[in-house]
Amino acid sequence: MEKFQKLSGIAAPMPLVNIDTDMIIPKVFLKTIKRSGLGVNLFDEMRYDRQGNEIPDFVLNKPQYRDAQILVAGDNFGCGSSREHAPWAIADFGIKCVISTSFADIFFNNCFKNGILPIVLPQEQVDMLMKDAEKGANARMEVDLEEQTITTSDGEVIKFDVDAFKKHCLLNGLDDIGLTMEKATAIDAYEERAKQSFPWA
Amino acid sequence: MTAPKTLYDKIWDAHVVSEDADGTSLLYIDRHLVHEVTSPQAFEGLRMAGRQVRAPEKTIAVPDHNVPTTLDRASGVIENEESRIQVEALDKNARDFGVHYYPVSDVRQGIVHIVGPEQGWTLPGMTVVCGDSHTATHGAFGSLAHGIGTSEVEHVLATQTLIQKKSKNMKVEITGKLRPGVTAKDITLSVIGATGTAGGTGYVIEYCGEAIRDLSMEGRMTVCNMAIEGGARAGLIAPDEKTFEYCKGRPHAPKGAAWEAAVAYWKTLFTDEGAHFDKVITIAGEDIAPVVTWGTSPEDVLPITATVPAPEDFKGGKVEAAKRALDYMGLTAGQKLTDIEIDTVFIGSCTNGRIEDLRAAAEILKGKKVKDGMRAMVVPGSGLVRAQAEEEGLADIFKDAGFEWRMAGCSMCLAMNPDQLAEGERCASTSNRNFEGRQGYKGRTHLVSPAMAAAAAITGKLTDVREMM
Repeated sequence: MEKFQKLSGIAAPMPLVNIDTDMIIPKVFLKTIKRSGLGVNLFDEMRYDRQGNEIPDFVLNKPQYRDAQILVAGDNFGCGSSREHAPWAIADFGIKCVISTSFADIFFNNCFKNGILPIVLPQEQVDMLMKDAEKGANARMEVDLEEQTITTSDGEVIKFDVDAFKKHCLLNGLDDIGLTMEKATAIDAYEERAKQSFPWA
Repeated sequence: MTAPKTLYDKIWDAHVVSEDADGTSLLYIDRHLVHEVTSPQAFEGLRMAGRQVRAPEKTIAVPDHNVPTTLDRASGVIENEESRIQVEALDKNARDFGVHYYPVSDVRQGIVHIVGPEQGWTLPGMTVVCGDSHTATHGAFGSLAHGIGTSEVEHVLATQTLIQKKSKNMKVEITGKLRPGVTAKDITLSVIGATGTAGGTGYVIEYCGEAIRDLSMEGRMTVCNMAIEGGARAGLIAPDEKTFEYCKGRPHAPKGAAWEAAVAYWKTLFTDEGAHFDKVITIAGEDIAPVVTWGTSPEDVLPITATVPAPEDFKGGKVEAAKRALDYMGLTAGQKLTDIEIDTVFIGSCTNGRIEDLRAAAEILKGKKVKDGMRAMVVPGSGLVRAQAEEEGLADIFKDAGFEWRMAGCSMCLAMNPDQLAEGERCASTSNRNFEGRQGYKGRTHLVSPAMAAAAAITGKLTDVREMM
């Protein structure tokens, strides 16, 4: 997995609440058997018309946000299906950090497996960052995972919380499976115990 | 004496392999369900790393999302090339890694969340995961069941565990009796209407109360299925005699002495008196009406007797969202819900594709016809549900009424297969999501119970099923 340490980039504002995974990556793009190449279809139905032309009003089609690396989003971002195609599409587009007041559980976990940092902040702080993002390409935000800070284009610093284990994995680009494999003895021991206690399982 | 525990606490504790100081735990997984859409990259990951499936005997695969549901699919060919490749990839992965498999040609094939319980794979007290958010369904058995992403699918395949932090406990109690015409679907939608789609974020919900106890296993599965739409990681219902009765004799349920031992353990799976819940919601069963959704989020729920709301009725970010939803749905504030005309009716999905759902719809449709021009389809949740419905004469009722009688699959719930809404087409659907584009590009979805869907098929409008009973 790609490491996430520090990021300085353009933030795109998406204030709509309840942006679901069907919006992030519509199901027609789930038929791939690969993880790559989904960025072009990120937010497909909001981003393109039926003929495949860009809808100019959509935020990521605006010249100042085409290279956005941060998304400031409305409440409950990523609700709906468990499709990891959603974070794959986001990462493939080049967005490495999403900021909102809340995320759906599965989407939130999926982000960390793909080098994306989802940050939860109180409403006032998200509102403030949303305003900063609305300034366009001049508004470069800086996200520092080690320090757990976001610095706005005006130099204002906001602290954020992140789970210590998830932070460690993201900072070092660690693969969960490799880590768990190191605990094989504990898993063997559990299976032995379970064979006695829950033989039917 | 140990502190009183919730049902969730008990199942969690029984599955902890190891726990770090910060609470990050390795949780053992008893059943891993797999379908064709969220698994190919995970199997590919195993191959690239030279890894095996750790417990193929606990891994069950079935294609459901992509499969056509037309009667001619028996010919075995899936016309859409990408869909075919995904299903073929699952065929190959199941074979190569030696996991249990129900291919399209098998009568037991169906939606993974219907096949699991039907075959006795899902049992009380287990941990069940699947790369699908509606895994919450299996919580109806008092098993801890939730959706995971593809990276986690790979993690479970390789290690039979998941890295997890414990969620908080929420109790949702539905007291008293339901009124006639009110079903499990109305309960679960009403709960989401009350809590919002983010109301359950960070929680595992235990549903309890008389109205929940009174539900059949099918109804309980409908309730737990949509726990995820309320944002919860999982929904749970404590197992009881109905649960044991449902499990008994299923192909993969324990037999003989093992059965007795299992039931003795399952009877300990309930929330202790005085156990702590971080959040409690109580709804009186008699206050629940047959409901429909008007917008593009499952929280946009109203009783069928209500009118379409105005954006100004909401606060904060929901004002803009409601404006957008009304525009997308082509509705006007103040319009009576029962005046909304429907083009299509879809009965099926992991929410409402079980035998009891088909019975409830058939009960309303008996001796009636769908409105002229109505496109109406029933897609049983599994081949076995389909066979049973044929045996009970339900299939004939549907066909006589003018419904298409399809083969099992996810079908129009998510339109990854040929069953889709056209632009602007309006559907009364027994599925679980009314998101923009969910049932087809610019398609319009109203979520309802099977009985309400049947009523809408007859009148051509969203209809209060109580007027037809």
